[in-house]
Amino acid sequence: MGFKTDYARVHGHGAAGEGLHHWWSQRITSIALIPLTFLFIFPFGRALGGGHEAFVATYSNLWHALVAVLFIIAAFSHLQQGLQVVIEDYLSGKVARTAALLVNTLLCWALGVAGVLSVATVLFSA
Amino acid sequence: MVQFSLPKNSQMRTGKTWPKPETGGKLRKFQIYRWNPDDGKNPQVDTYFVDLDDCGPMVLDALIYIKTKIDPTLTFRRSCREGICGSCAMNIDGQNHLACIFGMDEVKGDVKIYPLPHMPVVKDLVPDLTHFYAQHASIKPWLETKSNTPAKEWKQSIEDREKLDGLYECVMCACCSTACPSYWWNGDRYLGPAALLHAYRWIIDSRDEATGERLDDLHDPFKLYRCHTIMNCAKTCPKGLNPAKAITEIKKQMVERVL
Repeated sequence: MGFKTDYARVHGHGAAGEGLHHWWSQRITSIALIPLTFLFIFPFGRALGGGHEAFVATYSNLWHALVAVLFIIAAFSHLQQGLQVVIEDYLSGKVARTAALLVNTLLCWALGVAGVLSVATVLFSA
Repeated sequence: MVQFSLPKNSQMRTGKTWPKPETGGKLRKFQIYRWNPDDGKNPQVDTYFVDLDDCGPMVLDALIYIKTKIDPTLTFRRSCREGICGSCAMNIDGQNHLACIFGMDEVKGDVKIYPLPHMPVVKDLVPDLTHFYAQHASIKPWLETKSNTPAKEWKQSIEDREKLDGLYECVMCACCSTACPSYWWNGDRYLGPAALLHAYRWIIDSRDEATGERLDDLHDPFKLYRCHTIMNCAKTCPKGLNPAKAITEIKKQMVERVL
């Protein structure tokens, strides 16, 4: 605890000037995911039983590919933001928190980019 | 930080069962958290019996009965006995209440009383609220103005004054903040529902001229955005206030600044 005053302890380094963008984009992606989930899941579900050819047929269609890309971007942004909140809530050790936040961001970006590239590959190779 | 089990020196033991009063009235069983920093022992839960025919109806009446007639070492805060000072906030039957305005008849079975959750304990039912008060001070809970002070008073319309209803009534008892899981896990940085309710009370005061600075001071992932609208604060507030709504209004004002 040291000899810091209570007031100094509460103020810490002051306000970070961040938080609004994260909070706001989490709400926007959650609202966007309501229609996008429905639009994505039905063609995806139909293609599921039909193997590779069915997926190529579905995602060579520009509309289905566009919906899939938007869904992947919104879902992985939302996942990254949500997991960030969980990590910040439950991990307080500086090293563990920083490491978990880095892994979360990198993993979500990697999976999101892989998803978008997969859809783009199918669309442009068809 | 999250802790799912109590540290060894905080684990509770069964304490002493005090003799029943022999006044012949109807008895009610109380189980009360006891901890004395001077004896080096773990906390314990003592059992007392209160004669309901010789005691008032509120939980605070029972605590005063115990202190006066059974065990003078039982330590708790109390002052106004009518829900205005906020001193006697404690956890009764699993929820935070003001003991002075919470009736014994609202509890089924034994009355279990603990100090406010997740706060350092000074002794028995007395929590250390130093950090909580410092957080309140940090939001500058006073009128901030830059214009010249008027000759008579800072005027406010009836409509603008009504905006403060549901906010100014807060008695700083800490029931809300100590009921909030976000405050439990990150109370060192998250300001908590009570301080944020007060912050909003000054943000929307039509006479205040520091709205922008107040919002700047709260724009932080921990100070403000640890609130996840869990709503324990609104559920437990003994004054019927809604700190979660006030926090949402602050978040809305943050958005309005950039739209």
